[in-house]
Amino acid sequence: MSQLSSELPSFPMSKAKGCPLDPPPEYARLRSDRPVAKARLWDGKEVWLITGYEEIRAIFTDPRISVDNTQPGYPWLSEQQRTVVLTGGVKPVGRMDPPEHTAMRRMLGQGFLVKKIQNMRGDVESLVNGLIDDILAGPRPADLVTALAMPVPSTALGWVLGVPPADKRLISLVPRLFDEDSGLEGAMEARNELFAYIDELITHRENEPGDDIISHLVGYYQKGELTRVSVLTQSVTLIAAALDTTRSMITNGILALLQHPEQAAALIDDPDLAPAAVEELLRYTVVTEFSSKRVAAADIEIAGETIKAGDGVICLISAGNRDEKFFTDPDTLDIRRDAKHHLGFGAGIHTCIGKQLARMELEVVYGTLFRRIPELRLAVPFDQLVFRNTFDVQGVRALPVTW
Amino acid sequence: MSFARVHLDESKCVTSGQCVLTAPEVFDQREKDGVAIVLTDSPAPELRGKVQEAAAGCPAAAIRLAAPADAPGRVGGRPPIEGPL
Ligand code: HEM
Ligand code: SF4
Repeated sequence: MSQLSSELPSFPMSKAKGCPLDPPPEYARLRSDRPVAKARLWDGKEVWLITGYEEIRAIFTDPRISVDNTQPGYPWLSEQQRTVVLTGGVKPVGRMDPPEHTAMRRMLGQGFLVKKIQNMRGDVESLVNGLIDDILAGPRPADLVTALAMPVPSTALGWVLGVPPADKRLISLVPRLFDEDSGLEGAMEARNELFAYIDELITHRENEPGDDIISHLVGYYQKGELTRVSVLTQSVTLIAAALDTTRSMITNGILALLQHPEQAAALIDDPDLAPAAVEELLRYTVVTEFSSKRVAAADIEIAGETIKAGDGVICLISAGNRDEKFFTDPDTLDIRRDAKHHLGFGAGIHTCIGKQLARMELEVVYGTLFRRIPELRLAVPFDQLVFRNTFDVQGVRALPVTW
Repeated sequence: MSFARVHLDESKCVTSGQCVLTAPEVFDQREKDGVAIVLTDSPAPELRGKVQEAAAGCPAAAIRLAAPADAPGRVGGRPPIEGPL
């Protein structure tokens, strides 16, 4: 089956009015009519949109699929995205193909050992409890973006990266890097500051190594297995990949629970539901809608279509996560369901490297927040919330709550 | 007797830690780079469910389950179950 180019839908697609956390309604139609379909991008280029769960999984695990963004067919979503690429001229792990990719995952692997993340849990619990103490002691309403969603992931990432505890520069750079109102110029400026800052940390770890990711990478650099600029790039990539996603997932999850009080009540009644709630919220409120961009390295036959070598591909995770062929009643939020096979962290070799860290943070945040403030509610009507969608991540600008 | 023999293709592992979370009795990670290790390649029968889930859930399709070497009446074992899902 082939589509006439004149009738290609344009991408990104708009969301329904009033439901910024739901995927655009067009995804459901595409998924049932044509789970592998062509669309047109802002720059006139064509791209394949993958909307079916099984098809997305097949693309993610296909060795003929590349993540190389220097290919002409790579689907950029805006000029800003192409310009403010957060790298220092070498490829970040997310844009490497095997075997380079496999080797890089191993250089990073030591920092994300399951045991290490599990050992951090107590510290994350103390951090979250401290922040909730402050919220309870402070004025109402409180903004959960600044009071909780920003400090938790930046502090925890600081620990794994090896940022000295007193150093708060990372936290202050995040909004400037990722929020729309900083503009292209502001984002570039913040990007340069971030590079200079991480460069400083690398120098520090060259002299005083610890058991943290930057120190490990510096070790590979000193053995001649990595260039210094690659150490810089991978570190910055982790910051870019970790902070905007986790802070948005924290607020989107809280918001979804507040919008479904019976689900929040279930979590309050049974705190053991927290891990399942995390998986279901990752399925239901996707934050990284457009992140999974690919280029075909060879012709790929899938769902009756042929993706030609060189064609751009976007796997729409939020569409796959609402596929009725895989999840029963997919548009219903149900924290008791078994949602762990969701695509919220991707699948295949590029599956999120920080997912165990993110899961642990989310579990602690949702569980502790609703346990300690069960009366939590929005302080403004839902339709007054301001949503943002920068780079690939969508979330809320502020989340005013009261109790 | 074990229900299967666990094969890990180290060269494919992308250090996701998924298998360690799913079946900690059978999988661990190397300290130096996070690559998975098999603690026992002939897991006890009660671990069948977890081990199958770990094999199916490996994002890099690095884990395969083959018939145990001591399976009665089999020569060379049956074809491995391929992950991922
Ligand atoms: C809730 C929070 C998070 C979500 C929803 C998320 C989501 C994702 C997704 C969907 C991918 C795959 C992208 C693709 O296939 O193209 C990915 C990759 C990645 N994530 Fe996350 N992520 C989160 C948190 C983190 C954290 C905390 C870190 C680091 C500390 C991190 C680091 C990375 C890196 C480095 C990659 C690229 C991996 C590779 O290409 O091999 N992420 N993430
Ligand atoms: S699940 Fe697969 S990729 Fe992840 S650590 Fe285990 S073997 Fe490696």
